[in-house]
Amino acid sequence: MEGAWFAELDPADPEAAASAVRESRRDGPADWPGLAVERGVVADREAYYDALHAATTAAARAAVAEHERADDRRLVEAVRALDDTERVANELAERVAEWAGDTASDGGAEAVVRTVVDRESEDELDRRLVGLAERAAGLYAERDELRATVERVAPTVAPNLAALAGPVLAARLTALAGDLESLARMPAGTVQVLGAENALFAHLRGHAPSPKHGVIYTHEYVRGTDPEERGSAARALAGKLAIAARIDHYAGDRRPELERDLDERIARVRERTADGETEEEP
Amino acid sequence: MTESVVDGVDGLAYREFDGERRLATRGSPVYGEPTDGVWRLWDARRSKLAAAVERGLGPGLTADAGVLYLGAAAGTTVSHVADVAGPTYAVEFAPGPLGDLVAAAEERPRLFPLLKDARRPATYAGIVEAEVDVLVQDVATRGQADVALRNRRFLADDGRLLLALKARSEDVTREPAAVFEDALERLSSDYEVLATERLDPLHADHLAVLARPRE
Ligand SMILES: C[S@@+](CC[C@H](N)C(=O)[O-])C[C@H]1O[C@@H](n2cnc3c(N)ncnc32)[C@H](O)[C@@H]1O
Repeated sequence: MEGAWFAELDPADPEAAASAVRESRRDGPADWPGLAVERGVVADREAYYDALHAATTAAARAAVAEHERADDRRLVEAVRALDDTERVANELAERVAEWAGDTASDGGAEAVVRTVVDRESEDELDRRLVGLAERAAGLYAERDELRATVERVAPTVAPNLAALAGPVLAARLTALAGDLESLARMPAGTVQVLGAENALFAHLRGHAPSPKHGVIYTHEYVRGTDPEERGSAARALAGKLAIAARIDHYAGDRRPELERDLDERIARVRERTADGETEEEP
Repeated sequence: MTESVVDGVDGLAYREFDGERRLATRGSPVYGEPTDGVWRLWDARRSKLAAAVERGLGPGLTADAGVLYLGAAAGTTVSHVADVAGPTYAVEFAPGPLGDLVAAAEERPRLFPLLKDARRPATYAGIVEAEVDVLVQDVATRGQADVALRNRRFLADDGRLLLALKARSEDVTREPAAVFEDALERLSSDYEVLATERLDPLHADHLAVLARPRE
């Protein structure tokens, strides 16, 4: 009996049965249906198989849920790596540009790197410059791969959030919250200022006005709205993003009406500037 | 309607689909396969076990047979097995396809999904009953013969192993025939091979092996 999944079970606790299925250890099998009946654990073989079915499907379902949760953490790591590679690449690229004496050209340091990698190197120092440029170019290429991956994966992890925010911003918000569950628990006002923590603390200490937006500033609906109405746009967007995160975490199905609602809200906010009137949202 | 029963088994038959005689089982659809009333097509192109059964390598899937199925993936094949046989234990170690397997199991009260590694039978010996009649293995991973040897402990002495051997999982650079020979040699310590069939062209570089355990 030792190691049998039903050996130490409280029959009234279905979760215990599922975790016993996941943790049971034993060298060889035995006639489990027969033993369970003999020990009076169940009335007959049919009842045994019914209980086993409930326990194994519950255990498998829990494993699937765990796996899916783990996916949002991997997405978070990917978007953090995207930002890290970009930061490091820029740092190296600026060194390359300064070394190459080309700090003014269009397209910034990234463009300089692309011209320097093609240079003929005449001596040892030149070779090191070109080598450094190659490293930076490699990092930019990795950044592009990471972005493509985030764009592909975010819609599978958080379909509604990715549809509303765009996949990269969806991943950034998840990263700032820590994971999808934490984001789903946040009130809209917190989502609105995620990424603006420094400004928020300055405000709380009384040094600054309260920030109107954090990383959602990168969204076209905030950036592309007249500065007068940007706060309202940020509030409207954050409200819908918070709902989207909750649906993604707790339900997981796509709700296209969220996008329609958001489009309408933003259209109304923008109309106000077109009309020349500004009023505070309730 | 032509209906010839396979091996005298009730839930398994050849039926007409689009004018062709095809293998089918009786059960609720799982992956969008064609159906005909209560019957659903069991496509030999999608299932190595169906291909093996069509070629006469049926391992004895009868209504009361206990089955241990290793490498269940999303449940395409094992759902058909559970339609036909008795208690069916479906082992799969990747959580990705498990959701679909659970969905198939929800409709089948004697299909038990297990997220386990087939190389570690001790993690399911407390769940899978002893003396199953049929062991099906389709794990497509290195060391396929070893997996079959380690799972011998579940099989009744008069039971049958149906193994789908994938050459490329063992060694992509070697000739499939040589890979198969090695695997059969390893198997022979605990199993007596009764028949083998190449499953090409339906399943390239796969060998179906029907075997029984040595006492
Ligand atoms: C070719 S697929 C099986 C297809 C399935 N038998 C069907 O016909 O529907 C091989 C499966 O074996 C699984 N697998 C590989 N190694 C395994 C192991 N050690 N334990 C359990 N499953 C394994 C893989 O994750 C994969 O899902």
